[in-house]
Amino acid sequence: MTVLVTGASGFLGRAVVRALQERGEQVRTFQRRPSGVPGADDVLGSVTDAAASARAVDGVDGVVHLAARVSLAGDPAEFERVNVGGTATLLDAAERAGVARFVQVSSPSVAHAGDSLVGVGARPADPARARGEYARTKAAAELLALGRDGTMPVVAVRPHLVWGPGDTQLVERVLDRARRGRLPLLGHGAALIDSTYVDNAADGIAAAYERAPQVHGRAYVLTNGEPRTVADLLAGICRAAGVRPPAWRVPAGLARAAGGAVEAVWRVRPGQDEPPMTRFLAEQLSTAHWFDQRATRAELGWTPRVSVDEGLARLAAHYGGA
Amino acid sequence: MVSGLPARTPPPGLPQLDPAWSRLVEVDGVGADAGERRTWHCLDTGPVLTERGVAPVGTVLAVHGNPTWSYLWRRLVAGSLERAARGGPAWRVVAVDQLEMGWSQRTGTRRDLAQRVADLGAFTAALGLAGPVVTLGHDWGGVVSLGWAVDHRADLAGVALLNTAVHHPDGTPIPAVLRLATAGPVLELGTVTTTAFLDTTLALARPALPADVADAYRAPYRSADRRDGIGGFVADIPAEASHPSAPELDRVATGVAALDVPALMLWGPRDPVFADRYLDDLADRLPHARVHRFEHAGHLVAEDAPYAPAVLDWLGEEVGTAADDAAPASGPAAPPREPEPEFEPLWARLDARADDDAPAVIGMTADRPLVVSWRLLARRVREIAAGLHAVGVRRGDRVALLVQPGPTLTALVYACLRLGAVVVVADAGLGVRGLSRAERGAQPDYVVGETRGLAAARALGWPGVRIAAEPLPATARAALGVAHRLTDVAELGRSGVLPPEPGPHDEAAVLFTSGSTGPAKGVLYTHAQLSAVRDALAAHFDVTPETGLVTGFAPFALLGPALGTRSATPRMDVSAPRTLTARAVAEAAAASDARIAFLSPAAILNVVATADALTDPDRAALAKIRTFLSTGAPVSERLLASTAALMPHATAHTPYGMTECLLVTDVTLEGIRAAAAAPDAGVCVGVPVPGVQVRISALDSDGAATGEPGTEAGVLGEVVVGAPHLKQRYDRLWLTDRAAERETGPGRWHRTGDVGHLDAAGRLWIEGRLAHVLTTPDGPLAPVGPEQHVERVAAVRRAAVVGVGPAGVQQAVAVVELRAAPRRAGLADAELAAAVRAAAPVPLAAVLVVPAMPTDVRHNSKIDRTRLAAWAERVLTGGRVGRP
Repeated sequence: MTVLVTGASGFLGRAVVRALQERGEQVRTFQRRPSGVPGADDVLGSVTDAAASARAVDGVDGVVHLAARVSLAGDPAEFERVNVGGTATLLDAAERAGVARFVQVSSPSVAHAGDSLVGVGARPADPARARGEYARTKAAAELLALGRDGTMPVVAVRPHLVWGPGDTQLVERVLDRARRGRLPLLGHGAALIDSTYVDNAADGIAAAYERAPQVHGRAYVLTNGEPRTVADLLAGICRAAGVRPPAWRVPAGLARAAGGAVEAVWRVRPGQDEPPMTRFLAEQLSTAHWFDQRATRAELGWTPRVSVDEGLARLAAHYGGA
Repeated sequence: MVSGLPARTPPPGLPQLDPAWSRLVEVDGVGADAGERRTWHCLDTGPVLTERGVAPVGTVLAVHGNPTWSYLWRRLVAGSLERAARGGPAWRVVAVDQLEMGWSQRTGTRRDLAQRVADLGAFTAALGLAGPVVTLGHDWGGVVSLGWAVDHRADLAGVALLNTAVHHPDGTPIPAVLRLATAGPVLELGTVTTTAFLDTTLALARPALPADVADAYRAPYRSADRRDGIGGFVADIPAEASHPSAPELDRVATGVAALDVPALMLWGPRDPVFADRYLDDLADRLPHARVHRFEHAGHLVAEDAPYAPAVLDWLGEEVGTAADDAAPASGPAAPPREPEPEFEPLWARLDARADDDAPAVIGMTADRPLVVSWRLLARRVREIAAGLHAVGVRRGDRVALLVQPGPTLTALVYACLRLGAVVVVADAGLGVRGLSRAERGAQPDYVVGETRGLAAARALGWPGVRIAAEPLPATARAALGVAHRLTDVAELGRSGVLPPEPGPHDEAAVLFTSGSTGPAKGVLYTHAQLSAVRDALAAHFDVTPETGLVTGFAPFALLGPALGTRSATPRMDVSAPRTLTARAVAEAAAASDARIAFLSPAAILNVVATADALTDPDRAALAKIRTFLSTGAPVSERLLASTAALMPHATAHTPYGMTECLLVTDVTLEGIRAAAAAPDAGVCVGVPVPGVQVRISALDSDGAATGEPGTEAGVLGEVVVGAPHLKQRYDRLWLTDRAAERETGPGRWHRTGDVGHLDAAGRLWIEGRLAHVLTTPDGPLAPVGPEQHVERVAAVRRAAVVGVGPAGVQQAVAVVELRAAPRRAGLADAELAAAVRAAAPVPLAAVLVVPAMPTDVRHNSKIDRTRLAAWAERVLTGGRVGRP
């Protein structure tokens, strides 16, 4: 059995390839640069390229689609092109190639309208209410993918806030800001949030791939099932890397307003750098979002193997026990 | 006169109302309407049931009041169809809009009560409605429905009522709001010209009605000509005996008292019009009725409380239907009675010692002990009983006692018991508001009180004929509205005769719960059950005539004479148990030469704190005590040991019980120490005392106690108890009774609302309240076990483990009070959080600190976990921190 993994050069993509390999799958990878994953067969190219996509899916049994534009801000057209256009192109190619299963790796933000999410399950993706370009385009992509479920089995998985050693998205951003003294706690930092240790996320995605024939057509949120307060989680990451945890606070309402303003400025003069705060980020860091994992665990036959505390210990080991 | 408007069906789109339920019925007029055709609108599930091919077992005829319409019954209509769809008995519901009301015809005439009762009869005749029929009415619809019931006895299978009245006592003013509304010029203006009466009524809903529901109620009353019926109804209130509708009201009231069909009354006590006194009147007329007061509901009880499932449960369980109408369930539906051949009345030992000059009860005062001999007490009891009888107190009458513990209270209690009057006892610790709620709910016929109690009764309008326990001067008596003085009553009784003794199954007392776990509930005991309390105590603690008791805990303070031994009440303010001192206990022990001391947990802290003041004679008296009991709430091993140290020859006991079953299990200090080595979660309360059975009803994954009660060790569930001294029932809380006896199998059982488990040695461990159980993805979690672990962290004084998030996926959160209290509530620092997590046997999503735990006012010990959970939820969703 051969499975195509897109976006395999990323932090989560690499872990997914390993998890699939552990389950005995042959893995082919598809991304713009060599994946550097041992034992994988690299196809180079972009999911937005129909010809490259067709080449990539040729002869595979299934697809795990991770490739996406992930950023807090940027040109909306670019998000649209990669996340929506790329997914559509890949779906077309997969359908033509007659693949037997398709796992769309999504995000809980596709169903998050900015309010608190407390112990909820996977609600339907809602591009109209999703916050920010990333969430909006991922929501549209998930709807596209699940819309193809009639022609091939499609399942969507939404790992929430993935972190671990080697993570440049969450961990490095947190540490970078903390080192520069630019990481405030929003409000009291008391909002409970779920997160997912990278190996658990990868394992869960592999489980969804395996169970796709039984669970297709559905979306699952994946988390560690151990919500922690924002303050706890940020402090845990900082301590693991030997960086002083954030000690200053910004009122949550102010941060949201400021985030909105900063975002507007960044839209006018888009650059390569990331805005220091966005409305989406402010909401993510000041409202609760944790999830009901019962259906996910029961239906995917999966439970997280690495606890938050164990994950933080591994993170500390990665940073040299600093 | 308006010329009239035709009937129509309601506009579509009203919330929770299915247009398929509506129909118009042509009715030949009767009485003043003879010769006319009238068109009624009603909701009728008959056609829907026919369509489904279901034959109804009977019909509920539901009649709204003023100024509502059949919309009032929509939940019952929907609920009845749901139950029928699930295969339950199908009750057809016919809910009328009375003429001039709702969507029925506006005829241009004003109808009095007799006409309305006749109208309803004409309607059911036109519909061809035959039995069995159960009437259901609210407000003035209650009277109209009862009028129909009285006139259709052959078809009648039951009567159900929401806040209504059939009789207004002579000489008392009608409720103020109605007095205003019925005043001539105000009437038209308030009811017809404007929507004031309509708006005021709708505003009575608690909580407020959703806007769309309120609009639905207003929909048929949009214009003055559509509101004429509202004014007509108000004008028809027979405020005085001369009112044209008064004879019909009397006819209905008298007829109701002759009904022997099952009856149900569901009441919202927060009603400015139909107050509890009307419920009391109806309950007197229908003594077999099932009664439930929804404590927080008001006039619009159909909106405020889940009345529909209650009506449907009652129909299903208690009302005779077509299938079994040969034997309609009627008469008092008392549970099967147990044979109790050895019943010994509570006053028997007092009577047996009526010629004994030895001390019976001793009241400790500041100067010297007030000693009452057996002879004197027996005489006082006889005199008061005969005197109360002479002033009109009868068997079954309720007598509220607002008297401090002491010889007077003791004499009053035994006098009432002997007479068969039902003693209503609410602890002053409830506070004035709680007490007021309790007194209104219990509706005593008489109140015997000291000045303070009578003043409260007067000021707060508590019901009952007032009797002063103290020799008040005439001016004070008049000011307090006192009808009699106890001294005069006793004087009257000197020559009076006593009526026959009550039997073992007659009602004896209503005791109020402490109110620390919700609004105080009245708990009703029969004579047999109270005698069983005495016998359980006597047997377990080996009480003999020579024992002698120090009674520092209210319920037990009264049992001395019943136990046939002398008792002394120590000096203290009963409303503040913390005022009890070690010396007061010692003095009472000396005065009664006591071997047993009963103290409350709230009191012993101060007893220990004031031990230094004890003199040598004090210590000698305490050294003679061989049994010491702390009852009411768990106390720490340390505090119990400190108290026991003051009584060196006493065995310390902490029985576990509740107002509903005063003695369930018992454990000694040694037992507590032995249990400390066990790995079990919770507080060990020992093994059941003889005669008591303890079962556990296992919790399911939703945290509900659904397991069949059993004795398997290690199963977490609700504690279920059975005993001869278990309560009879709750007072006017039929639904609470049902919940407490739900799925407990044959025999008399009570679900305590506590959760815990039994161990292999048969010991009971309490792990919290059912309402505080967390439902985590890993299953139900009782809070006390984890809390005990967290409290082992050195910095922590007290801990509460609460759940945040929806049922089934709750996350456990520890909230801790620290020895060094922080100024503000918030997240625990990293070090403390780590220590608490390490100590806890379950994963914790967060650790929060508070400067002080919110606790109940009464015990200052029961942590208000419900409030803490709501606070934690707010904080952990990013809300304001504030304080819990």
